[in-house]
Amino acid sequence: MIARPKHQRLVLVVLAVIAVLGAVLLAMWGLKDRAAYFYTPADIVAGKASEGKAMRLGGMVERGSVRRQSDGITTRFIVEDGEGRVPVTYRGILPDLFREGSGLVAEGKLGSDRTFVADNILAKHDERYMPPELGNQAAEHKAGQTLKR
Amino acid sequence: MIAEAGLAALWLAAALSLLGLFLSVLHVRGTLEADRPVRALAIVQGAMCLFAFAMLLLVFARTDLSVALVVENSHSEKPFLYKVAGAWGNHEGSMLLWVTVLGLSGAALATFSRQLPSRTLIAALGAQAALALGFHAFLLGASNPFARLSPAAPEGRGLNPLLQDPGLAFHPPTLYLGYVGLSVAFSLAVGAMLAGDVDRRLARAMRPWVLGAWIFLTLGITAGSYWAYYELGWGGWWFWDPVENASLMPWLAATALLHSVAVLAARNALKAWTMMLAVIAFSMSMVGTFLVRSGILTSVHAFAVDPTRGAFLLLLLGIYVSAAFALFAVRAGSLREGAPFEPVSREAGIVVNNLLLTVILGIVFIGTLYPLFVEALSGEKLSVGAPYFNAVAGPLAILLGILLAVGPLLSWRREGRPILRKLALPALFAATALVIAFFAIPQASLLSKFGLALAAGLIPASLVPLIGRNPLRTPLATWGMAIAHMGAAVSVAGMAADSAFTTERLTAVKPGETVSVGPWLVAFQGISPVAGPNWTAVEAELHASRGGGVSVLRPQTRFFTSPPTETNEAAIDTFLNGQLYTVIGRSDEEGRWQLRLWWKPLVTLIWLGGGLVGFGGLLAFAGHARRSWRKRLAQ
Repeated sequence: MIARPKHQRLVLVVLAVIAVLGAVLLAMWGLKDRAAYFYTPADIVAGKASEGKAMRLGGMVERGSVRRQSDGITTRFIVEDGEGRVPVTYRGILPDLFREGSGLVAEGKLGSDRTFVADNILAKHDERYMPPELGNQAAEHKAGQTLKR
Repeated sequence: MIAEAGLAALWLAAALSLLGLFLSVLHVRGTLEADRPVRALAIVQGAMCLFAFAMLLLVFARTDLSVALVVENSHSEKPFLYKVAGAWGNHEGSMLLWVTVLGLSGAALATFSRQLPSRTLIAALGAQAALALGFHAFLLGASNPFARLSPAAPEGRGLNPLLQDPGLAFHPPTLYLGYVGLSVAFSLAVGAMLAGDVDRRLARAMRPWVLGAWIFLTLGITAGSYWAYYELGWGGWWFWDPVENASLMPWLAATALLHSVAVLAARNALKAWTMMLAVIAFSMSMVGTFLVRSGILTSVHAFAVDPTRGAFLLLLLGIYVSAAFALFAVRAGSLREGAPFEPVSREAGIVVNNLLLTVILGIVFIGTLYPLFVEALSGEKLSVGAPYFNAVAGPLAILLGILLAVGPLLSWRREGRPILRKLALPALFAATALVIAFFAIPQASLLSKFGLALAAGLIPASLVPLIGRNPLRTPLATWGMAIAHMGAAVSVAGMAADSAFTTERLTAVKPGETVSVGPWLVAFQGISPVAGPNWTAVEAELHASRGGGVSVLRPQTRFFTSPPTETNEAAIDTFLNGQLYTVIGRSDEEGRWQLRLWWKPLVTLIWLGGGLVGFGGLLAFAGHARRSWRKRLAQ
């Protein structure tokens, strides 16, 4: 059976529309529970984040809070943003720019004891390569401090 | 003077593209007869861009500290290679490279595509000039690479150490040749729709451009993946980072276009479809440029945050994409019907290939842009990563791989032969591999099990089209197709093997201690300081063995002074059956050093496959070029 030209064009158009719709539906289905939301320590303290879901946590490493565990590879520290503090554990090599008192974004999950278990740490690179989340946050933070004074 | 000469050349190039656009409009409207002026303008415009780019290389090579861009991104003590390559390791320089490739593409189009009807060619050159005009305006208005600094700075700030790698010399230019090479397919589609000449001749003129751009994209992505793999020290080769997706999207569209343009060339079918894909492919390049260069994303690729630049790029993107889509909407209906074809034929196979690639492209596109939309609408911040892309796009990629085994065996028009019998052996391999995978590596992900099975079947299946043919008389293009398809299978094998078989060891050890990873015993000998041209480092010495000889690995932590940064330099040793990947971390009070070790069986197949895909493309390119050369000689 040779498809008639008009008929064939119609079939192709319908197929293209199905492909585009299919992509949108598949993407929506996939995004529903696979997107990782960004939270600040204040959000976590306020209970906005649910346990066990992949998420990102952004804030400053509290000074004096970094503790290396006895296995030599697990680190515990506290991430704060002036309004909340969240304990974090991370098993792995910290990025070169990880410093007390400087910013980071941690990817991971919130454990049942409200400790954030990070599987990846992104540290502030330098002024030019700062994650936008942190950029805004630092600016807000600074503005807040100026107001308080 | 050098910087001023470069800037003058850029202004001249912008003026020439405006003139070229004007003349081509006159030509298309029939007011202007001659086509030589438009072609000549395109060539001179390309030459001006090239000259400006050469001037930029020169100011970087000389570390001219009166040029603001050099001060911000270079340093007099930097190794010479990185001084020169650093010219495009920043926003302005990379946009100049972009515009240069765009100009050179226009010049090449004017030189090599004269077999096209004059109306189509001139309209295409007009479209190319319109593109050039917009990006020249962006360059001169919002990203001038030649801005002077007065007074000159005493010293430059240096280049991001992550970029100080031989990869910088190769990866960006290659990718840009791919991204911007697609502009010619876009312009040819626009020109052909304007002139109403969408036919086999157009497809034959478009194919080398699509093929060439696609080869560069393939090689650029492969190189970028390997660079990220060894430079970041995270052991991964693809992170579904928006910047990576920005290069993947044009590649997916170009892959679809490459196949549909072949249908148009061979069978005069899929006319509107191919035009649409040509528009989408370069639109994806522009979307990628917008994502990366506007500063809305953060990565080593996004250099500067300047909202006016983002708005400017978005405006350009909006104008070009909507103009092309509007033209398509007006003209698609009036295109002559393509030749009809059977539901089981190579054409139909390619339609399914195109549909699958389109769906995958849509999924990557939505996943990449979704966080931006959500943040713009609700202010909520989120990120989309591997869990989404692997789960949603992965199964479709497997389907595409299965089709890849069948498609090349189908013949044009209609398929009467029992082709499935030819695939019996590959299918048996795949089924066996799948069964073994389920029993031997139950812990591996479903996707990697199917990936291994697919590769086991697809590597032999990709060679089936060559069986029974005289190897010397088989066209180069057919060889190229088979090798590129095999490359895709080899790459899938590497990806699946890396995911299924990698073993990782994370530990802290004192000098003299030994740790195991996979089949390896790795002895930590000690730490010593070393120095390079613009860095110092601590270096670990690791002796690895698995029964046979000892191989020595020296991972480092490097400290750069300008700008002050630390980077991890992984040490990787490559063997026939995999790579041993080692990273050193920090030390503690007890004198222990953190070590992260991976044994990654068959991981090199990922990039070997990418290289094969590019090589297959190159063979096909050579085959088509030789054929059209012979045709021209015969005439």
